[in-house]
Amino acid sequence: MIDFDFVKPPSVADAVKALAADGAQALGGGQTLTPTMKQRLATPSVLVSLTGIAALKGVSVADGVLTVGGATPHAVVAATATAYPALASLAGGIGDPAVRNRGTIGGSLANNDPAACYPAAALGSGATVVTNARSIHADDYFQGMFTTALEAGEIITSVSFPIPQRAAYVKFNQPASRFALTAVFVAKYAGSVRVAVTGASNNGVFRWTAAETALSANFAASAISGLTVLPDDLITDLHGTARYRANLIKVLTGRAVSAA
Amino acid sequence: MTKVTMIVNGTTVSRETEGRTLLSAYLREGLGLTGTHVGCDTSQCGSCVVHVDGLAVKSCSVFAQDVAGAKVTTIEGMANADGSLGVIQQAFQDHHGLQCGFCTPGMVMTTAAMLAVNPRPTEAEVRHGLEGNICRCTGYHNIVKAVMAASGQSAMAAE
Amino acid sequence: MPKDHGIGASVKRREDVRFLTGTGVYTDDLALHGQTYAVFVRSNVANGRIVKVGVEAAHGMPGVLATFTGADFAAVGGNPAGWLINSRDGTPMREPKRPVLAHGKVRHVGDAYAAVVAETYNQAKDAAQAIADASVIEELPAVVNMAAALANPANRVHDEIPDNQCFDWGWIEDNRAAVDAAIKAAPHVTTLELVNNRLVPNAMEPRASIGEYYPGTGDYKLTTTSQNPHLTRLLIAAFVLGIPENKLTVVSPDVGGGFGSKIYHYGEEALVLAAAKQLKRPVRWTAERSESFLTDAHGRDHVTKIELACEKDGTFIAFRTETMANVGAYLSNFATVTPTFLHGTLMAGPYKVPNVYVNVKAVFTNTAPVDAYRGAGRPEATYSLERVVDKMCRELGLDPFEVRRKNFITPDMFPYTTPVALAYDIGNYQATLEKVIEMADVAGFEARRAASATKGKLRGLGLSTWIEACGIAPSNLVGILGARVGLYDAATVRVNATGNVSVMVGAHSHGQSHETVFAQIIATKFGIPESSIEIVHGDTSKIPFGMGSYGSRSLAVCGQAMANAADKVITKGKKIAAHMLESVEGEILFSDGVFTVSGTNRSKTFGEIAFSAYVPHNYPLATLEPGLEETAFYDPANFTYPAGAYLCEVEVDPETGHVAVANFCCADDFGNVMNPMVVEGQVHGGVVQGIGQALLELGVYDENGQLLTGSYMDYTMPRADDVPFVNVDHSCATPCTHNALGVKGCGEAGAIGSPPAVVNAVLDALNRGGHRIDHIDMPLTPSRVWSAMNA
Repeated sequence: MIDFDFVKPPSVADAVKALAADGAQALGGGQTLTPTMKQRLATPSVLVSLTGIAALKGVSVADGVLTVGGATPHAVVAATATAYPALASLAGGIGDPAVRNRGTIGGSLANNDPAACYPAAALGSGATVVTNARSIHADDYFQGMFTTALEAGEIITSVSFPIPQRAAYVKFNQPASRFALTAVFVAKYAGSVRVAVTGASNNGVFRWTAAETALSANFAASAISGLTVLPDDLITDLHGTARYRANLIKVLTGRAVSAA
Repeated sequence: MTKVTMIVNGTTVSRETEGRTLLSAYLREGLGLTGTHVGCDTSQCGSCVVHVDGLAVKSCSVFAQDVAGAKVTTIEGMANADGSLGVIQQAFQDHHGLQCGFCTPGMVMTTAAMLAVNPRPTEAEVRHGLEGNICRCTGYHNIVKAVMAASGQSAMAAE
Repeated sequence: MPKDHGIGASVKRREDVRFLTGTGVYTDDLALHGQTYAVFVRSNVANGRIVKVGVEAAHGMPGVLATFTGADFAAVGGNPAGWLINSRDGTPMREPKRPVLAHGKVRHVGDAYAAVVAETYNQAKDAAQAIADASVIEELPAVVNMAAALANPANRVHDEIPDNQCFDWGWIEDNRAAVDAAIKAAPHVTTLELVNNRLVPNAMEPRASIGEYYPGTGDYKLTTTSQNPHLTRLLIAAFVLGIPENKLTVVSPDVGGGFGSKIYHYGEEALVLAAAKQLKRPVRWTAERSESFLTDAHGRDHVTKIELACEKDGTFIAFRTETMANVGAYLSNFATVTPTFLHGTLMAGPYKVPNVYVNVKAVFTNTAPVDAYRGAGRPEATYSLERVVDKMCRELGLDPFEVRRKNFITPDMFPYTTPVALAYDIGNYQATLEKVIEMADVAGFEARRAASATKGKLRGLGLSTWIEACGIAPSNLVGILGARVGLYDAATVRVNATGNVSVMVGAHSHGQSHETVFAQIIATKFGIPESSIEIVHGDTSKIPFGMGSYGSRSLAVCGQAMANAADKVITKGKKIAAHMLESVEGEILFSDGVFTVSGTNRSKTFGEIAFSAYVPHNYPLATLEPGLEETAFYDPANFTYPAGAYLCEVEVDPETGHVAVANFCCADDFGNVMNPMVVEGQVHGGVVQGIGQALLELGVYDENGQLLTGSYMDYTMPRADDVPFVNVDHSCATPCTHNALGVKGCGEAGAIGSPPAVVNAVLDALNRGGHRIDHIDMPLTPSRVWSAMNA
C-alpha cells in the first residue's frame, strides 16, 4: 500500500474541507477500499475517515420515511431499521458479521459495485441520496458500474427510504465473494411497484420495468410468469452466464414477491 | 508518523504508525501480539478478526489510526484471569474444533461476538455467523459443534 | 466408559492450548534482530522473454539493501523433480531447469524474475514496484489449454521442448493390447470424458520463509512453512544452492496447513538464504494471499477419457484411461509421480477387473506448477472410475449398489494383485458398503425424495466406493520405478534420566495432531503418562532424517518407526533390568511400565531403569552401554490400502441449479485407529475439500494465462454454511497386515472418496427429475447445473 495521510474529521464541514485536498479520498468502513489500496489500485494521498462524524450515524423514522446516516454500519441498519424489515434483512446479509460491523451504507452507495446489495434497496425503494450539497433521487443517482452522480469530494450524509407497504430482497450469492450473483429488491407502494436488480448487469443496478408494470397491476408471483428477461446486457463471468442471470432475475423476482 | 493509543486486552498501549498501518500490523508488529493472523488480502478469510469496542472486525481491513482510542480485544485476551482456557476456547479443544490452528483465533473471536448477541444460536445461525471465517482443515463440523457447546447446547443435539 | 488415554482413546489435543491462546509460533510470527524484508518481482504475463530486468531502478531507493535477478542464480542448480518417469517409448521425461529466479524467460503469471531486500516491508514493496515498472518483458503467446499445447508446438513453454510434452506414460504397457482387445469384444462399453478441475490448495497460512546466516560458523538456518524440512534441506543442499547439508538447518515451526502445497521446495526459500548470506542479516518473506494463488503448486487438472467395458449384467471386463495431466510451467517436486504412480496404479479401484490400462500425457503450460494436493492422483483415479461406473449403471439400468457388490474384490481374495501392479494386503469393501447404506438410511430415501418433490426440489443419492494407497514404499521398489528419494521414515525415542521421554520424529504435524497421537502410542508402549512425553518435530537439527508428512503416511510409516524405536528401548530396558535384578534378559517381562523377573515379584519401574541407564555406577560396561535412547528407520514392505464407501444425498433447486448437500455419510476402513476424534476430524476436513472440488472450487486461467480465480473474491472456498455435518464411521476395520500398529492412514480419504459421490448424487437427482444428463464437469456450480438442465 502506498502511504498517505490519515485524517478523521469530527464534522461534515471538516470532512468536506479535507476532501478538497489533492488526492483526497473518503473512507467509510474500508471493507472494499482497503483491499483495493493493498493492490495499489487506489492510491489516495489523503484518506478522510467519515467514521468519526457522529451526525452521519444512525437510523431514524419520520413521516413514512426511514433515514439512514451515511456512515451507519450495515450491522446497525440490520438491528435498528425495524420499520423497514426488508432493508434490515438486506443489511444483515451483506458480507459477513465482521464486514457488517465496519462497512457503511454511504461507502457502498458511493462505490456502486455492480454486485452490491444496497444499490438494489436504494433504487428499489426510490430512495433519496442526501449529500453535503444536495439531494439526489435514486433514479438519477446510479449511472452505471462504479459510477454515480456524486461529484468529487461530495459526501453522502444520509439516505432516505420511503417505507413501502410490502417489500423483500432475495439474493443469490456469488459463492466466493458473497456479493450478489444476482439479487432482486421488490417494493410495493400505494399505486406502484418497484423492482431493482443487482449483480446481473454490465451497467450496474437497474429497474426491471416490465415486472414493475405487471406487479403494479397484480402483486403476485404469477403476474410475471409470462415475462422474459433478455440476456443481452447481462454479465457473463465465471460464476454464471448471462442466460443464467436472466433466469435468476425472473426466479428471484417471483420469490421476492412471494416473500414480501 | 502518528502516535496511536489504544486499550488492548485491558492495557493502554501506544505505537507510532503510518497512515497505512493496519490494525493487524499494529497488533502483530507493533505489540508482538502474533495470535492475530493474516490469511488473505481481500477481507475474506477472517483469520485476523479481533474485537474493537466489543464488535468483531477484520483487523487487516481497518487502519490503526481509525480506531485510535478504542478498546481492542485479541485472542491473547480471551483466556480466564487465571490463565485457563475460556469457555469458547475450552469448547474448541473439547470438540476438536481446530487442526492447524491458523484460522482458530479468528474463529474464537467471531464466536465470542456471535454469542454475545445471540447466546443460543441454532446450527444454521452458527453456520451463517461463521461465513466470514474460512477454515481449510476441519470441514467446520467440529467448529460448529464447539460453538453449540460453548453456548451451552448439547453438541450431540447438533448432529 | 470410553478410554481416556493411550492407543484408541479420543485424547484431547495438547497443541490446542497454544493455538487457542494465540501463543503458537508460525513462521511469520518470528521477529529477529536485524531482520530485513524480501519482496519478489513477479511476471504479469504468462509467457515472455525477459528483455530487461530494471533492478537499477531500486538502487538508492529508501531502505533498499540488495536486489537479485535470475542471472545471480544462473550458475547454481535447479529445483528438481523427485521422480523420473519414462515414456512408453523408453525415453526419459523432459525435465527443464526450474531456477530460483526466472532467467531468460518468464513462464507463468507470478513467475518471479527479480527480488529486492529492504529494511522494511513497505520499502521492499515500493522498490519491487519500481523494478517492475523499469523491466521489459516481451510477451509471447501463452500456452494454456493442454490439447492446444500438444497440437500447436509453435508456442512453447520451454524453448527446448518442442511439443510441450513432459512424458507419454503407459501403465502397464504390457496390458495395452489385451485391454484394447477386451474393450473391442465387450458386450457393453461406457465412455466418459471428464475434467478433474484444477484446485488451489489454500492452506490458511500463506507460505513464509526466513533465511539466516551465521558468519562466525558459516551456518545457515531456514525457517519455513514446510511439510518436510529434511527434504527441503536435501534439495537446497544437493541440487539448488550447494550449501553443505551439515551447514544448513531447516526448521518448520507451527505450520498452518499444507494439503500438499508445502511439501515442495520453492525458490523463495533459496533466495532468502542467499540474501541472508550476502547481507549477513536475517531475510524474511511472507506470501500475500494473491502470491499464494499465483505460485503455490496447484492440484488436479486432468482431462480424461475413460472407458469401462462390461457384461450386460455389469460385470467389469476392462478399464482404459487416457489422461492429459497439466504440470504447469515447471516440474514441481512430485509433479511427475502424482499423475502416474499415484494415479495409474489405482485404476483398478476396489474391483476384480481383469484388464486395466492407463495412458497419461503430462503437458507443460504457462500456468503455475501443478503437484500433489490432498489425495494426489488418487482422487483423480477414484473420480474417473466412480463416475464411469455410475454412468454405466444408468446406461444399463443397473443398481449401483449391486454393481459394486458384484465387482468388489472379496475378503477371501487377499492378498490381491491388481492388473496395475498393486498388491492389496487386506480389506473388506462389502462391509463398508453395507455400513454406509445403513448410516445413510437408503431405505428411507424414497420418502425423502418425495418430500423434496413437494417443495419443488430434486433429490438424489450418489455412491462412491474408493480405495487408496498410502505410505508409499518400499524404497527399493519405488527406486526401480524412478523415485529419487527413499520413502522410509525415522524416529528417535530418548528416555531422559528422570524418566520422561523426548521423541524426535521425521514426520511433521501441521494440523495432523502428532504431538497428541504419537504421545498416546509411546505412552501405551511404555506404560507411562502421556504428559511425560514430548513429541519433537520440524527441526533438522533435532530430528533424524525423515520424510515429513504427506500422502497419509505419518502414522503408517513414521508412527511405525517410532513404535519400533520404542520396542528397541524396551529391549535395552530389559537388559538393564536383568542386570539390576540379577536375572537374564530372557527372563524379564515388561508390562504397564514395570520390568519384572518372570515368575517373581522382583521388579523395577520404567523410571528406575531410566535413571540407572544414565547413572551407571554399577554397570557391566563391557556388555551394556549407558543411556536409553534408540533410533529406528522404518521402510514399509508395501503400501497401505485404506478404503471405504461414501454416500452423498443432495437436493437440487431446479429453478436456480443450486445444489445443497443434505447428508454425507462415510464408512471408512483405516485399519486400527489410534485416536478416533482425530481420525474423524481428518475425514470431516477431507470430505469438505472434496465437496469443495465437486461444487465450488475452480482454478481457471484465461486464454492469455491470467488466473481468473486469484483471490477469495472469485475462488470459492467452502464456508460453514455451504456444508452439512459429515457422518463418519471407521468400525469396518481390517488392520494392515504389514505394520505392527495395523494402521493405514486417514488424511486424504475424505478428499478422495467424496467428489464422485457428490457428482453422482446431483446426476441422480437430475435424472430422477426427468433430465437426461450424463455428466457435468466439476465444479457443479448453480450456473453449470442450470445450464445443463436448460441446454
